[in-house]
Amino acid sequence: MSNEAAIHTDVHTHDSHGHHDDHAHHEHKQHFITKYIFSQDHKIISRQFLITGIFWAIVGGLMSVFFRLQLGFPEQTFKVLTMFLGDWAHGGKMDPEMYYGLITIHGTVLVFFVLTGGLSGTFANFLIPLQIGARDMASPFLNMLSYWFFAIAGVIMFSSLFITTGPASGGWTTYPPLSALKEASMGSGLGMDLWLVSMALFVVSSLLGGLNYIVTILNMRTKGMSMTRLPLTIWALLFTAILGVLSFPVLLSAAVLLLFDRHAGTSFYLSEIYVAGKALPNVGGSPILYQHLFWFLGHPEVYIIMLPAMGMASEILATHSRKPIFGYFAMILSLIGITLLAFLVWAHHMFVTGMSPFLGGVFVLLTLLIAIPSAVKVFNWLTTIWKGNIRFTVGMCFALGFVSLFISGGLTGLFLGNSALDIHLHDTYFVVAHFHIVMGISAFFGMFAGIYHWFPKMYGRFMNNTMGYIHFFITFVGSYVIFWPMHYEGVAGMPRRYYDFSNWESFKQFGELNQMISIAAIIVFIAQLFFVFNYFVSIWKGKKVTDPNPWQSNTLEWTTPIKPGHGNWDGEIPEVHRWAYDYKDDGNGGDFIPQHIPLKEGEESH
Amino acid sequence: MSSVAIDSKKKVWGGGQSPFNLSYGKVMMWYFLMSDAFTFGAFLISYGTTRFFSAIWPNANAVFKSFPFCGEANMPLMFVSLMTFILILSSVTMVLAVHAGHCRDKNGVIKWMIWTIIGGIAFLSCQAWEWTHLFAEGGWWGGFRNGAGAHHLAGFFKAGEAIDPIGSADAAHKFFNFFFTITGFHGAHVASGVVLNIIILLNTINGTYERRGHYEMVEKVGLYWHFVDLVWVFVFTCFYLL
Repeated sequence: MSNEAAIHTDVHTHDSHGHHDDHAHHEHKQHFITKYIFSQDHKIISRQFLITGIFWAIVGGLMSVFFRLQLGFPEQTFKVLTMFLGDWAHGGKMDPEMYYGLITIHGTVLVFFVLTGGLSGTFANFLIPLQIGARDMASPFLNMLSYWFFAIAGVIMFSSLFITTGPASGGWTTYPPLSALKEASMGSGLGMDLWLVSMALFVVSSLLGGLNYIVTILNMRTKGMSMTRLPLTIWALLFTAILGVLSFPVLLSAAVLLLFDRHAGTSFYLSEIYVAGKALPNVGGSPILYQHLFWFLGHPEVYIIMLPAMGMASEILATHSRKPIFGYFAMILSLIGITLLAFLVWAHHMFVTGMSPFLGGVFVLLTLLIAIPSAVKVFNWLTTIWKGNIRFTVGMCFALGFVSLFISGGLTGLFLGNSALDIHLHDTYFVVAHFHIVMGISAFFGMFAGIYHWFPKMYGRFMNNTMGYIHFFITFVGSYVIFWPMHYEGVAGMPRRYYDFSNWESFKQFGELNQMISIAAIIVFIAQLFFVFNYFVSIWKGKKVTDPNPWQSNTLEWTTPIKPGHGNWDGEIPEVHRWAYDYKDDGNGGDFIPQHIPLKEGEESH
Repeated sequence: MSSVAIDSKKKVWGGGQSPFNLSYGKVMMWYFLMSDAFTFGAFLISYGTTRFFSAIWPNANAVFKSFPFCGEANMPLMFVSLMTFILILSSVTMVLAVHAGHCRDKNGVIKWMIWTIIGGIAFLSCQAWEWTHLFAEGGWWGGFRNGAGAHHLAGFFKAGEAIDPIGSADAAHKFFNFFFTITGFHGAHVASGVVLNIIILLNTINGTYERRGHYEMVEKVGLYWHFVDLVWVFVFTCFYLL
């Protein structure tokens, strides 16, 4: 099937101009609901994902502010807690049950709804058709369904915050038996069921999206866009989608078995348990089985979060350094390496479950191997900006911040990947610091870089630069201030998930440090509201884009009109003649040659 | 010669066309099946590990020995063989439907799709009978928990193996939990396959594919149907043969 026929699959023969007229006519007639709500245009769907992701990021971020208040100031009361949490914070003091609920939902929504749905949902939808030269996704209809499953999953998760027994509260990993037994805690009741249903719908959303992304990239590239001419964003989004399509189904299996354990009297994960002094009848299951199934998803999931950020950072670093990306093929190979290894390292989350030390050794080896492709990528980013003619746009600043955070957070992964060290560090603040820096904040930086960089393409306007720089510097410095001290706390053995450390003689010394972390977290949260304000105001009031290629970038999305309609290109889709990184002398004083420009006589392709 | 080969290979992946020469829908179906295979894989591996760590396990020849209308006759695995035969036969009729679609033979597609649907419904009916029968013997989700319904137990094991009544009840508990979950999940796939087949049949009767000029939708549901059959082969092996 030709790309031209992508949108109107029922149209069999048409020349592209006829197609365009037909298309513009079509656009004109569209009702508000089909254009902005139940839209099948990938650009609208990507904005839906992004705005939903922003909503969830605010919810999840606010939760972290609340539990940081508890952790930093365990003796004090806060009116704001009662304002938001009502009876869960009687007299301004957060209820312990709600504390666990908040950390659980904070983790769940940020990992799944913001950094999976919000990140790859937004940028896979937006960039894949635009950068490969397609008029839309392979199946715009399934693409729309993907968003609406995501939205329903969100509604269910959100509603679980308002039920009398509170949301799921067993941690974002929801390990049984805590998550399997209704009587184990308040959050293990209805809240847990809603969590499972919401996640099952999220798996469906991610599956529909992922299938579309893979097939669009493989099948719908424009003429001349061979795989080795694809921008690295697309390579990264391809492997993200492959990881998702192959790992989320295992979470579905885990969730189905957990639902049966909760409601049908089975014992998949349960064996010989006492609750409140009463022995349960379940015998023979294994809670470790759940951990294996969960982490078979859970580990690839962190790469599902990281890869889009890596791809976008590669693209943005090259564009704003005015240099070709260094080691294009090494980048692709390391993406492949990360994707393969992602499936082989899950048990490094389980070193303390009593697994055989030999097996642990195998997983240590495989885990440490990931350092190789990661280091290759970091090396390539640094050599890309090396002696570059760097333009410090806001997007570029965030891409540089991404590299910094990826290095800082990645290095601590080497500590945790060693089973001998992990036995000491497991479930301490060292782990919290590690994964927040490497996959939380650094993926967020990739996402911000992408938003600031592609905002002109999304809305035809720029975001405000001054606010962008303020946002960047506060977030960058603040992130380190929040998470760097946590390493020390973790090495000293301070466990994660605890409600109040002031009761422990050994952790009292960290009281003031915890206060500082909490204050920094509040400041960083407020800086994010700057971003939200900037984003929404700029949609209508931002400086208008006048040059279709404002960043002087090579990729195809900048060959579309400033505000592309459904179908992206007015005339024919441009044919591609070169790779995406020809940042070099164009012979007329320019320093870049876009992908659709034919090779000059005597010019060799890269 | 070799440069020609390289050129044509480059062209295949060079953009502007599908590198596999397949429509997006078919490629999508293949990737979906891979994803679904991981769901079943996770179930079957969970079953395998649980069984591996269990000292004793119910004997399939003893659990599945009944046949409808044959009372207490000992006919080990006869009924499930019939079920499997029906399902595989429905795959054959599906192949014939796809083939008829290639030949643009509308009546052929209709005929073979009807047979495939009948095969699917027959398989589901067999499964319903088997589930009802096992339910009557105490097997169900959560059955034999804590030794409930233990008087049925001795019949499920090899002679002399079920000496310890608590241990054998636990084993039967685990066995039936997995049996109903996994065969149920597979049955749900068959049921959704039957629904898809009926939709395709109605579209064929209405001439949708004749107007479209090809019967590719038949091929796509065909892929799904064969996959569901293939999964049954693994489920059958794990629960009835091993």
